[in-house]
Amino acid sequence: MGAGARDPVLYGAAATVRLSELAHATSLSAGPETVLGKTVLLMTGDALATALALVELDGVAHRLVLATPDLPPEHVEHVRKTAGADTIVYDSASDQSRAPGAGTAILGGTALKPILGRAPVADESEWILLTSGTTGAPKLVLHTLDSLGGGLAAREGHEPRIWATFYDLRRYGGLQIFLRAVLGGNALVLPGGAEPIAEFLARAAAHGVTHISGTPSHWRKVLMSGAARQIDPVYVRLSGEIADQSLLDALTATYPRATIAHAFASTEAGLAFEVEDARAGFPSALLNQAGPVELKVEHDTLFIRSPRTATRYLDSDVAPLRAPDGYVDTGDLLERRGDRCFFVGRGGGVINVGGRKVYAEEVEAVINGDSRVRMSRVRARKSPITGAVVVAEVVLTERAAADESQHQSIRQALIERCRERLQSHKVPTMLSFVATLPLTPAGKLIRPDA
Amino acid sequence: MSIRSTITSEFEQVAAEQKRRLAPLSDDLPLLESGLDSLSFAIIVARLEDALGIDPFSAEEPVEFPTTLGDFIRLYEHSRA
Repeated sequence: MGAGARDPVLYGAAATVRLSELAHATSLSAGPETVLGKTVLLMTGDALATALALVELDGVAHRLVLATPDLPPEHVEHVRKTAGADTIVYDSASDQSRAPGAGTAILGGTALKPILGRAPVADESEWILLTSGTTGAPKLVLHTLDSLGGGLAAREGHEPRIWATFYDLRRYGGLQIFLRAVLGGNALVLPGGAEPIAEFLARAAAHGVTHISGTPSHWRKVLMSGAARQIDPVYVRLSGEIADQSLLDALTATYPRATIAHAFASTEAGLAFEVEDARAGFPSALLNQAGPVELKVEHDTLFIRSPRTATRYLDSDVAPLRAPDGYVDTGDLLERRGDRCFFVGRGGGVINVGGRKVYAEEVEAVINGDSRVRMSRVRARKSPITGAVVVAEVVLTERAAADESQHQSIRQALIERCRERLQSHKVPTMLSFVATLPLTPAGKLIRPDA
Repeated sequence: MSIRSTITSEFEQVAAEQKRRLAPLSDDLPLLESGLDSLSFAIIVARLEDALGIDPFSAEEPVEFPTTLGDFIRLYEHSRA
């Protein structure tokens, strides 16, 4: 990874590293020749350790698998096998025993040890990012440094920037900011592990943050923290969830001298566009714009073709990431209102609760497992806090429906059933009984968007 | 039940359901120190909308996001007015 004319600086919660230090030092317990041509599962917990490992492994390892530290053990095994990982990099903040049989184990960290010099950069590495699959197991998405970072350095401009991000670096949104900082020769304030928002803001402020990025949920937390005005950025960025007008207005009021921008990107489709007019949605004119990123709408869904999309999934049993014409189906539904397009939700029943995805089908499957239930429909209810919360409508069997005095205890039993089997953000916050649920002529549940 | 007691009772109920340890409730309790996470707040706001018919966060004018429990309660009391 080449850097700009300036020496990029990484500000971790407990340590700072200038990338020039990596010319003669390493954060890894084994020399770079150990990872040459290998497929490395990156499972460090600390953000700075992760950043250093990425810089050191790129161009040396054949394949970098950016596994997030909260990946459940059964998914770790799936990822390791699908990617063919033979090496794992972990640190004191992660648990190496979570990936048994992962091959060579290398300890990463934030303390640098001197080495004589670096091996020359070998072939271009493959960057594997993880996304959410329908059943909860992640899909493995193949990118290169070109698709992830191509053109980013040029967009950084000449003035030095101090970036900060709330995101995990291994998610597409966080990785974009990391690459912008490193490839553009700028500085980056990395998030700490369990660091409270107010402390992160204080730390970012102490470093003079100029550009800062997070999801709408991160930003709502910032506004509630009482510490929002500790920072004085010129650029406030949102991505990862639909940015609604009330949040954009609140940020404009809080940071009057900043550009408030929201970006549309996904792990598969890459970064599509950024909107900097502090209005929700995006100009309809973007749909017909010439340029490297092409947008089209089919069945109210947004499709993207660009050099920034991923190449393919590594998983063999999934639909292809790109259609034959190169377009990627984002799964996001659009509504066009005159000269502006708005994102109105997801096709396929994906609900976004504070940045955590829930597939309606997954929750319905749990509810439907109770013998008193005929069918159910789970949907998003709009929330100003998390974007959405999960609510459920249930059609009971005739027998269970007949005795109304039992309904309250059935409701409680169904919610308890969900609590036992699902993560907390997936459990319906409300559950109502309905007589019927509408189906399409093909027999699929009609899913109106919240 | 007053708006205040409806709100505090929802805080307690949701904390119990989400198995979170609720800090002692007082007007100057910072919301981020209450022991509740974003999901819990989302549930509280949704249930208050059903119970009181108010969602102050979706109002036309931009709202000052509440920092303390007192701010939160006042937000609802003023929306009703």
